[in-house]
Amino acid sequence: MTDKTMTAEEVVSRLHSGMTLGIGGWGSRRKPMALVRALLRSDITDLTVISYGGPDVGLLAAAGRIRKLVAAFATLDSIPLEPHFRAARQRGAFELMEVDEAMFMWGLHAAANRLPFLPVRAGLGSDVMRVNPGLQTVTSPYEDGETFVAMPALRMDAALVHLNRADRLGNGQYLGPDPYFDDLFCEAADRAYLSCERLVDGFAAAAPQTLLVNRHSVTGVVEAPNGAHFTSCVPDYGRDEPFQKLYATTPWPEFAERFLGGDEKTYQSAVQTWHEEQQ
Amino acid sequence: MSSTTTTRAEYCVIACADAWRDNGEVLASPMGLIPSIGARLAKRTFAPDLLLTDGEAMLVGLDGAAEGWLPYRRHLTMVTGGRRHVMMGASQLDRFGNQNISCIGDWQQPSRQLLGVRGAPVNTLNNPVSYWVPKHSQRVFVARVDMISGVGYDSAAAAGPSATRYHRIPRVVSDLGVLDFETPERTMRLASVHPGVTAAEVQAATGFPLTRPDEVPYTREPTASELRLIRTVIDPDGLRDREVPPA
Repeated sequence: MTDKTMTAEEVVSRLHSGMTLGIGGWGSRRKPMALVRALLRSDITDLTVISYGGPDVGLLAAAGRIRKLVAAFATLDSIPLEPHFRAARQRGAFELMEVDEAMFMWGLHAAANRLPFLPVRAGLGSDVMRVNPGLQTVTSPYEDGETFVAMPALRMDAALVHLNRADRLGNGQYLGPDPYFDDLFCEAADRAYLSCERLVDGFAAAAPQTLLVNRHSVTGVVEAPNGAHFTSCVPDYGRDEPFQKLYATTPWPEFAERFLGGDEKTYQSAVQTWHEEQQ
Repeated sequence: MSSTTTTRAEYCVIACADAWRDNGEVLASPMGLIPSIGARLAKRTFAPDLLLTDGEAMLVGLDGAAEGWLPYRRHLTMVTGGRRHVMMGASQLDRFGNQNISCIGDWQQPSRQLLGVRGAPVNTLNNPVSYWVPKHSQRVFVARVDMISGVGYDSAAAAGPSATRYHRIPRVVSDLGVLDFETPERTMRLASVHPGVTAAEVQAATGFPLTRPDEVPYTREPTASELRLIRTVIDPDGLRDREVPPA
């Protein structure tokens, strides 16, 4: 059986500029932040990012790596508006495909099912249709004859997700209350990279429904303890609210210099030092 | 009646709670503090079958104990299945009930980027959507919204039968009164004012002409039992007054 373990750097070495990249999690919850930070250390840019947006979008936007964003929102949850996403939008820094969260979900389903689109009622009558002139409608071939939006598949070159546990083969387990859409991200992508809090030898004692991601949809596995920081990864840890506040209120160059200059280990220890200073 | 006077925040709670009256076994999705108090009041009194969430992935009873699982993907199914009545916020709202939470200014390069459309398009086409506006002003109640996130009556009609089929905006509650769309043109009407507010004040704080009956009724009084529940059980710390200060 294939051992798929690799480092975050190895994941990034398989990505390149101009890619369409899906990022799992939701808002400021269970984001693959260690992988995003590794991406920030590379010179990969010109990305199309598909995300239920949180600080992943904010970080990549602040660093100027996004050419196009596909999203329904970007939020830090306890801080409703993502400051770097806002700033980037207000300076017209990237192209946006703004869709509704259900449209987004059906775009993932379409991609995972190798369909060009799926019909959705959502979008009709809203300005989502105005700002996405490429969105088409489709008429039901059955008696009802209803008209729906044909939500295009959100197919990705690669997906990044973070789960609580994984084995070396690429099976992933979530232990929190919500799977978000991480399995769909993996299935909607040509290649998917799964970081986890802890590598395990197997899932003998696991509740089967916690085994969210199956190995056939995963290319690489990275053990990244605290790898969702500062977003939440319950039950392993909650959101680091003080640090998130720091992220949201510190000018980007200052934040990047203090926390993103070195590798992941350096990041984690810089965070720890900052917390100690707050005592 | 209680010996103490009902506050503005408490009228708002009552007006929000009444949005879920006779809704049956549906999910009440309140966004904002006062709608949350209202939903819990409704469930404790006249709408016991309502479903509530913990704000994360669980359906919970009034005691917080879980009774079901509702992660985002199932929540979206509940939306499209229609067994839900959400009370959303609005950065902008127009006379046909079009709502904006996405951005202010030109969408290409907004002067103020807000949340994004989130679930407003799917909500408004699939389950009843009411709105809560804690500060009624001409900044919120505008002639035309900058980005239609939640679909209003005119936009739904223009988009056709698939858009209108399940579209319904039962009410808009603000700190000044209750508004609905019970007019032939489906434009906003002043349904009631909270005691202490005049219809003229509501009109002055609204950026488009409201339909106003000759006699605008007052928002109903809470019962003694409702007032007791709000004050001693649901919001004993008086957080409601922070969202809507006493007039």
